[in-house]
Amino acid sequence: MTVSTLSRRTLLAGGSVLTLAGRASAQAAPTLLNVSYDPTREFYREFNTAFAAHWTGQGHPRQTINTSHGGSGRQARSVIDGLAADVVTLALAYDIDAIAERGLLGRDWQKRLPHNSAPYTSTIVFLVRRGNPKAIRDWGDLLKPGVAIITPNPKTSGGARWNYLALWAWALRQPGGSAATAEQAAAQLFRQVPVLDTGARGSTTTFVQRAQGDVLLSWENEAHLALQEFPQAGLEIVYPPLSILAEPPVAVVDQNVDRRGTRAVAEAYLNHLYTEEGQRIAAKHFYRPREAAILQANASRFPDIELVTIDAVFNGWAEAQRTHFADGGVFDRIYRPGR
Amino acid sequence: MSGAARPAAADPAWVRRLVIAAALALAVVIFLMPLAAVFNEALRRGIEPALAAIVEEDAQAAIWLSLLVAAIAVPVNTIGGIAAAWAVAKFDFVGKRLLITLIELPFSVSPVISGLVYVLLFGAQGFFGTWLRDHDIQIIFALPGLVLATIFVTFPFVARTLIPLMQEQGRDEEEAAATLGAGGWQIFRRVTLPNVKWALLSGVLLCNARAMGEFGAVSVVSGHIRGQTNTMPLHVEILYNEYMFVGAFAVASLLALLGVVTLIAKALLEVLAGRRMGEAA
Repeated sequence: MTVSTLSRRTLLAGGSVLTLAGRASAQAAPTLLNVSYDPTREFYREFNTAFAAHWTGQGHPRQTINTSHGGSGRQARSVIDGLAADVVTLALAYDIDAIAERGLLGRDWQKRLPHNSAPYTSTIVFLVRRGNPKAIRDWGDLLKPGVAIITPNPKTSGGARWNYLALWAWALRQPGGSAATAEQAAAQLFRQVPVLDTGARGSTTTFVQRAQGDVLLSWENEAHLALQEFPQAGLEIVYPPLSILAEPPVAVVDQNVDRRGTRAVAEAYLNHLYTEEGQRIAAKHFYRPREAAILQANASRFPDIELVTIDAVFNGWAEAQRTHFADGGVFDRIYRPGR
Repeated sequence: MSGAARPAAADPAWVRRLVIAAALALAVVIFLMPLAAVFNEALRRGIEPALAAIVEEDAQAAIWLSLLVAAIAVPVNTIGGIAAAWAVAKFDFVGKRLLITLIELPFSVSPVISGLVYVLLFGAQGFFGTWLRDHDIQIIFALPGLVLATIFVTFPFVARTLIPLMQEQGRDEEEAAATLGAGGWQIFRRVTLPNVKWALLSGVLLCNARAMGEFGAVSVVSGHIRGQTNTMPLHVEILYNEYMFVGAFAVASLLALLGVVTLIAKALLEVLAGRRMGEAA
């Protein structure tokens, strides 16, 4: 038994070293951590530089801004588990609601900033191979036999939930459309998905780099970025006549900023998203700006299609989540891998 | 090599050649070609972009973090592994089989589970979550979590290389030393340790290679903060996801190179060890 005490002592010694390291890193100069979702990588890289310059320009010390990216649901889970995010900039309100439910920020978070705390919007479009060989122009064309569709998993990806809800909204609009026909359409769609990645960026790589599938259901900004990054890949964007208005929201995580003393800079960071500079950078990275003048100036990149809202069709995120994506919801019923 | 086994040389020559060719072909397809592809992708646009990706600030932070994690995890596992192997090989006690099973646990459990266990224990919603927050201690999504996950995953390497050797060597020499009046620590230092030093070194090298290369477990506890909690393998994933393929493969090449160097060092050790044993005989 000497050995078990020996290794226990080793563990304890190791543990106290680790604890010291943990304390040291917690007390280092206050950095700002933005926990975001997958396709915002390029946007926030540029925005962080702009904000840091703005912040020092106002006489504050130099501010380091860190970012973390991943599937929106998974990122929310990490914040709940203790990832010390000062601000969260996620794909949908429900994921921030989930963090608020654990008391990390006030439940009224969405009323604190203009436009439902969503400084930019986006929508869901189709990315197809050049010449659109499968003639995909509307949601109905996706369900034709022989069309392979790439989308991430709605359980882990915010973008995938918007994909799913946009299809559902389209199906309700069809003659004789009802919850039952919409469920059939969704079931059919997921039968035609060969690869279900966990995040939007994974799906884009699957479609573009590995050349899987005929159509990628994608964030508008992610689709434009793919065209820009892979001019040789032979891709086109198709705008369906109807899609969904995606409002990716942002919020300060009260409990974390109050503990770390970063509230002022965190609030300034989010407010900067609404300024002319922030809106311009958003538009540059293919997020639809809220500022009418900047949207107008970029009208050619953001075609005017009919966008339905989650509040009008699904009565808000809480209900959409409960009905469709919670355990035992519609998605669980229709998606049976390997069947 | 018991005398009853038919020597391989007795098989017809074509069987031997076929088996060797099959093994070599498999090694080339499964190991060498992907490795070559990684280096090829990294150098696609010449050596400069690849080097730039490695000296870039966040990449440097990732490299240092990986080295730091290994520098903590490997010594801990070396000491723990020697202790465990010594206990198992030289003593009889109740629960010995249980200890052996526990040592092998990290090999049989998916690394993702190893990471999740620490989230469940030390996460904000976890068992110690409230206490840790009250004392302002961050375990997961920080260095301590990365180290813990790495220690868990790489624990068996040293113990597993030592146990069979120590069991084979038996306790005779230790018992002889004890009758000559040597104390426990003296026996360990003068008798046990010299007998296993080559195996120990090779176990440590393997442990180190895995500690720097581990992905699954550290991915769960990392939080993926650039420049802070990104180890080399995680940095490769981030670069790949950001369409920076040259950078991703450059860092991957560095990681692969570290692995190859480890293997060469291990092979050299084995040659050296063989020669020493030959001299002794």
